[in-house]
Amino acid sequence: MAQVTTAEQKSIFSLFNFIALIIVGIGLYLTYLRFAGGLAAVTNLSDYNPWGIWISFDLLCGVALAAGGYVTSSAVYLFGMKKYHSAVRPAILTGFLGYALVFLAINYDVGRPWRLPYPLIVQQGTTSVLFEVGLCVATYLTVLFVEFSPAAMEWLGLKRARNLVVKLTILLTIFGVVLSTMHQSSLGALFLIAPSKLHPLWYSPYIPVYFFITSVVAGLSMVIFESTLSHRFFAYKMDETHFKEADGVTLGFGKAASFVLAGYFAIKVMGISADNNWHYLKTGYGSWYLVELLGFVALPSLLYAIGVRVKSLTLIKWTSVLAVLGVILNRFNVCLIAFNWHLPSAERYFPHWMEIGISVFIVMIGLILYRFIVTRMPILYEHPDYKDAH
Amino acid sequence: MDHIFYTLHDFMTHTESVTYLLVIATLVGMTLVWCFLTGKDED
Amino acid sequence: MGWVGAVGLSTTFVKSGAAATTKHFTGYPNSFAILHDITLCVGCRTCEAACNKVNELPQPDKPFTDLSVLETKRRTTTKAFTVVNKYDNSVPSETPIFYKKQCNHCLEPACASACFVRAFTKTKTGAVIYDSSVCVGCRYCMVACPFEIPTYEYDQALTPRIRKCTMCYPRVVEGQLPGCVEACPLEALSFGKRENIIKIARERIRKYPDRYVDHIYGEQEMGGTNWMYLSGVPFKDLGMREDLGITPAPQLTAGALSSVPIIVGLWPVLLAGLYGISKRKEKIAKTEQEQAVASALDKEKSATSQIEEKS
Repeated sequence: MAQVTTAEQKSIFSLFNFIALIIVGIGLYLTYLRFAGGLAAVTNLSDYNPWGIWISFDLLCGVALAAGGYVTSSAVYLFGMKKYHSAVRPAILTGFLGYALVFLAINYDVGRPWRLPYPLIVQQGTTSVLFEVGLCVATYLTVLFVEFSPAAMEWLGLKRARNLVVKLTILLTIFGVVLSTMHQSSLGALFLIAPSKLHPLWYSPYIPVYFFITSVVAGLSMVIFESTLSHRFFAYKMDETHFKEADGVTLGFGKAASFVLAGYFAIKVMGISADNNWHYLKTGYGSWYLVELLGFVALPSLLYAIGVRVKSLTLIKWTSVLAVLGVILNRFNVCLIAFNWHLPSAERYFPHWMEIGISVFIVMIGLILYRFIVTRMPILYEHPDYKDAH
Repeated sequence: MDHIFYTLHDFMTHTESVTYLLVIATLVGMTLVWCFLTGKDED
Repeated sequence: MGWVGAVGLSTTFVKSGAAATTKHFTGYPNSFAILHDITLCVGCRTCEAACNKVNELPQPDKPFTDLSVLETKRRTTTKAFTVVNKYDNSVPSETPIFYKKQCNHCLEPACASACFVRAFTKTKTGAVIYDSSVCVGCRYCMVACPFEIPTYEYDQALTPRIRKCTMCYPRVVEGQLPGCVEACPLEALSFGKRENIIKIARERIRKYPDRYVDHIYGEQEMGGTNWMYLSGVPFKDLGMREDLGITPAPQLTAGALSSVPIIVGLWPVLLAGLYGISKRKEKIAKTEQEQAVASALDKEKSATSQIEEKS
């Protein structure tokens, strides 16, 4: 694939810098508005619609799309698939930045962000699924930070600390899978408390399982997607191992994603059957459900499978975009579109441009940090002092 | 337990609190068990 | 993908859960309840005015004596803990129907179940009260409430609160009536012990079967509420949902919560097991490879020595 020349790199990056500057500038201004004027100043949230895109996108999608960390590290370290090793650090980095940005977004969304530690240290609402989400996400962010830290320590020359942390890899990986299983599924479980508000095709006692399985799909697909982007923009930082393993990662993860999507499709259908909800498929919302299920679950499963069989990396890469969009669509459906489906259209929610602006700002911060880290720390290459030491 | 729970909410607040403490203990405990089991493994 | 298979295991736990016991909770004995007899309400809005006064809420744009506001359907807001709405009677010659809406003070409140910082308390008086001193402002209670009651002070930058009817808890503990009940001129609101309120309601239905729909709304909905209603027309004609079911809110998420300890206890075992298996396979592969290399070297050695012998 086309690699960027140094001259092109510079111009792409300065274009990026220009856009980044504008977005960050607007973002900082919107931040001021948010905290000077309250949520009403920058959002279209209402008493009927307490959760908007900061929850459906920044929280739900953010957590799902950061799942590549636990998926990749478990594949390599627990299931022994060493040929994917070069994909671990980028995935962990994405995971860490992803969860950090989720935490940032939550600070915008809740009414009193300085009270976020309260459920831990003041009073515990242990009957709440949100309590479990908070506890789990906070713990997992810590785990991700520790899993990421060897790369930073190698960059800083902290050899002993780095070696100590690397010894914890298996333990951290197991913790990561345990914590991820819990909070990925719990984000879906949040909606179990509102059966009267979520459309029957999306409301199911299986929501937690659905959310967990789609997080695996999102993780696998995001690794493929990001690897594609990294090769386009950061190829000059990659070492030979990375180049050698790249195609194998795409093929292997595509194969896994195809199978997981197929299983997910099956349990979604059986979920409809369990509550005898077939007749809803004939409705308007039913058509929309079929768009999600057929266009963004069955189709990517099929395309991934074809891509793997004919060994078309291009097809797999494009399918990863489709699969990621499918997870995003599902989260938006559960949280915003199929939620409050019973309300008249005058009461339905559409985000304010400022809400979108802050979400874009947060993603931009992520991209800036990703670029900073990847161009300085051994993420896409092995540090010469620690080659093959993991 | 001597205390009567009048509502499911109160009951669950209590049981889940205990459960979470046990969850933390389990995570720590399983880690220690694993370290003990794999302590003398040849690498 | 071992965890995919193991997830199947968790599914069996997802559906059952902590509240799948045979335990039955009857709520605090002697808690108070309100009966709203919709057939007696004339839409005078005196209750709204009283609520506003008792809770020291800001004055609304239109005064409470202005009955033109009844032309639109209103919901509770941060300035109005209760609202009266008007509905057309299906019998044209009959007067329109009015009904007063506010927090129903559920026996098992969804808001309390959802709150991750325990800001809501179901008191033994029956009132569900809110503590703004711990509220983080996550608004999950608003997602959870099936009656769409809690409102939020979105325009407050630093001290936004959830707002809702308190059943005048401070007044009730002093032996007084809630503001709206005391103010209602026509006894559309009755206050008493929940058991008695239900008896009164049943008695009214029994005595006037043509006047009332044979159902006490709130007796069992969402596991029962401390604010109940009698109506002369089907409740759904008044926008009151009849499809909420009788499952109390905490039970809706009990199953999902019950999977947490199982995952924490068993996933590490499963994953460590898979790790052990993959490590073992690696070791065997390595040993076999070493043996293959060793025997290949042996063969080469014996071949070269044979050649040497011959020459």
